[in-house]
Amino acid sequence: MLEIKDLHVKLADEDREILKGLTLTIPKGEVHAIMGPNGSGKSTLAYVLAGRDGYEVTSGDILWDGESILEMEPEERAAKGVFLAFQYPMEIPGVAGFTFLRTAVNAVRKARGLPELSTPDFMKFVKAKAERLNINTDMLKRPVNVGFSGGEKKRAEILQMEVLEPTLCVLDETDSGLDIDALRIVSDGVNSMRSPERAMLVITHYQRLLNHIVPDRVHVMVDGKIRKSGDASLAKELEKSGYAEYQSKAA
Amino acid sequence: MPAVQETIEQVRKIDVDQYKYGFETKIDTVKAPKGLSEDIVRFISEKKGEPAWMLEWRLEAYRRWVNMTEPTWAKVDYPKIDFNDLYYYAAPKSTEGPKSLDEVDPELLATYEKLGIPLREREVLAGVQGARVAVDAVFDSVSVVTTFKDELKKAGVIFCSMSEAVREHPELIKKYLGSVVPQGDNFYAALNAAVFSDGSFVYVPEGVRCPMELSTYFRINEKQTGQFERTLIIAEKGSYVSYLEGCTAPMRDEHQLHAAVVELIALDDAEIKYSTVQNWYPGDKNGKGGIYNFVTKRGDCRGDRSKISWTQVETGSAITWKYPSCILRGNESRGEFYSIAVSNGWQQVDSGTKMIHLGKNSSSRIISKGIAAGHSQNTYRGLVSAHRKATGARNFTNCDSLLIGDKCGAHTVPYIEAKNNTAHFEHEATTSKISDDTLFYCRQRGLSQEEAVALVVNGFVRDVLQQLPMEFMAETQKLIGISLEGSVG
Ligand SMILES: Nc1ncnc2c1ncn2[C@@H]1O[C@H](COP(=O)(O)OP(=O)(O)OP(=O)(O)O)[C@@H](O)[C@H]1O
Ligand SMILES: [Mg+2]
Repeated sequence: MLEIKDLHVKLADEDREILKGLTLTIPKGEVHAIMGPNGSGKSTLAYVLAGRDGYEVTSGDILWDGESILEMEPEERAAKGVFLAFQYPMEIPGVAGFTFLRTAVNAVRKARGLPELSTPDFMKFVKAKAERLNINTDMLKRPVNVGFSGGEKKRAEILQMEVLEPTLCVLDETDSGLDIDALRIVSDGVNSMRSPERAMLVITHYQRLLNHIVPDRVHVMVDGKIRKSGDASLAKELEKSGYAEYQSKAA
Repeated sequence: MPAVQETIEQVRKIDVDQYKYGFETKIDTVKAPKGLSEDIVRFISEKKGEPAWMLEWRLEAYRRWVNMTEPTWAKVDYPKIDFNDLYYYAAPKSTEGPKSLDEVDPELLATYEKLGIPLREREVLAGVQGARVAVDAVFDSVSVVTTFKDELKKAGVIFCSMSEAVREHPELIKKYLGSVVPQGDNFYAALNAAVFSDGSFVYVPEGVRCPMELSTYFRINEKQTGQFERTLIIAEKGSYVSYLEGCTAPMRDEHQLHAAVVELIALDDAEIKYSTVQNWYPGDKNGKGGIYNFVTKRGDCRGDRSKISWTQVETGSAITWKYPSCILRGNESRGEFYSIAVSNGWQQVDSGTKMIHLGKNSSSRIISKGIAAGHSQNTYRGLVSAHRKATGARNFTNCDSLLIGDKCGAHTVPYIEAKNNTAHFEHEATTSKISDDTLFYCRQRGLSQEEAVALVVNGFVRDVLQQLPMEFMAETQKLIGISLEGSVG
């Protein structure tokens, strides 16, 4: 279970609070969606969950599996099962996708006390998953994300997620930039990972995605706080009425 | 690649601070008295049982050196070296004179084993399928053993220590020694010519493709001892040879001097591929100790359509002053320089190349990747020139620098001289910083900070890594990772 308790986060080198007392609980086996206007702090939440530098948690806590992860390095969190599909995935020139994936998988397996995968086993494992996501394996010979289209980057993120087998998946606007077919393929990938051991947090602007990945709960985030929570129908409501109601409340 | 894997494992076990090769071998040595004079030159020559002409050649170099001054144009900063406070010759007592493998001091064999350099041919054969490497191991001032000699002999290839070549092949030495780097070429080359102690000699006869990788492994062990090896490689018409040089030294508080000379000669249609993995002790984290590496390396593409390719991976030394160059004398000859220079701590690197185009339609290619971390300074210095007669000369240069942290510096100093208007030179240069976002991305995927840096840097240098012989690629990637340990705080 992911428990975020009254979390206050400010920028590390600026006196500006971004998350202002955010509380959110996602039990294992559930998929929750967060929607909210630009700049409301959705990506910040995702980054703070993953342990990125540049933010300071001034109060509150984040527990995963009952344990606070605030003091952990990003790689320790990854080893504990935290995965973030980035809104803007990074390019790594000169490093082939396969190399990156293998290095990551073996690092995570090592931290989890599992033996490294042999190269043939690893290739088989990755190829099967890539095929299902409609990713040509030639793409994995190219440097990570370099020259990829927006949609290709997002699909590659989902491939990484499937290969690393995390237990807490955070997807930051994975649907933006995807064409209609890719949206379905990616959603199928995410749905296939739904399991009683896994909690997922899906950040999106569009209700469309939630037709494919039907969430257990939907949260509205405005100005660094969850303003309203509801079931999947809340997303449909938002689609019609927008955030005006919540923004006036926040002001 | 079991042998390479094993080497990596062995290297990993030798865990001495950051620098993994810093152990010392306790062994009896014969040393020349401290300091440098004509008598010392005579002492060295006599120790090696050299003929009179060789001694004369050395003395001439010494007399020139005495009147020369140290170059100061490089962007490196170090206290003045007292050349009379050094030993110029040190040899393990047990290996005076040539030896077969069975007679080599087990202590020495153990040292090389610890370094991951297998010298016992049987083990090498057992370890690496297909890929075999003949090794010449140089310990302080002398070559202790050369492997696979008999097999090479069958192919007509001569691969032996310099001392042996002076004795056994005087006609080749007289003809070629100093023909690329003359005795008075520069301060350090003159010093080397006077006191060089050993090194490797390679001769590949006409039309022969050398049947295996050749490799020399240099090790400085003795205190306060300079190492001055000299390597000479001759590729006759239509021949091919690939050669790799590796180096390490123990950790010591004081600085040690290394001033080598390498001469390559490629005749018509011949090709020489020379790779270096330089990992001399770089000094500790406060800049104490480390090797001063002042090296003159030059290849002469003497024949038409000849080709010389330098690939270097420089991760060690406190100071590196090194410009492997090509004289493109033959028509349609080709020179290549691929370089990875990693500096961390307080290391100073001033390295690059010279491509001197003399022949028509000669071409050259320079790919340099500098990585600076810690408080280090990393300079690329290169010259590309085309002679009046070198019509149609072409060069492509690409210099990229990567900075890790904000206390280090990267500099690019290219010189270009075209004396005819058909020469075509292209130059590209970039400087970038390793980004926190990229590192975070990697760490989110489970890599530690250091693994992330190593991965990003290995990506940055990939074009050059691919130029290395296959067997050394994996090891080199590891080495780059090790060299950058602790580079991000
Ligand atoms: N490292 C940073 N430096 C400066 N400002 C930042 C930083 N990170 C976040 N912010 C600011 O915090 C606010 C929240 O940003 P965040 O990216 O979390 O919003 P978001 O909800 O993900 O928006 P979007 O829907 O546009 O992706 C914004 O005003 C943003 O400019
Ligand atoms: Mg965002």
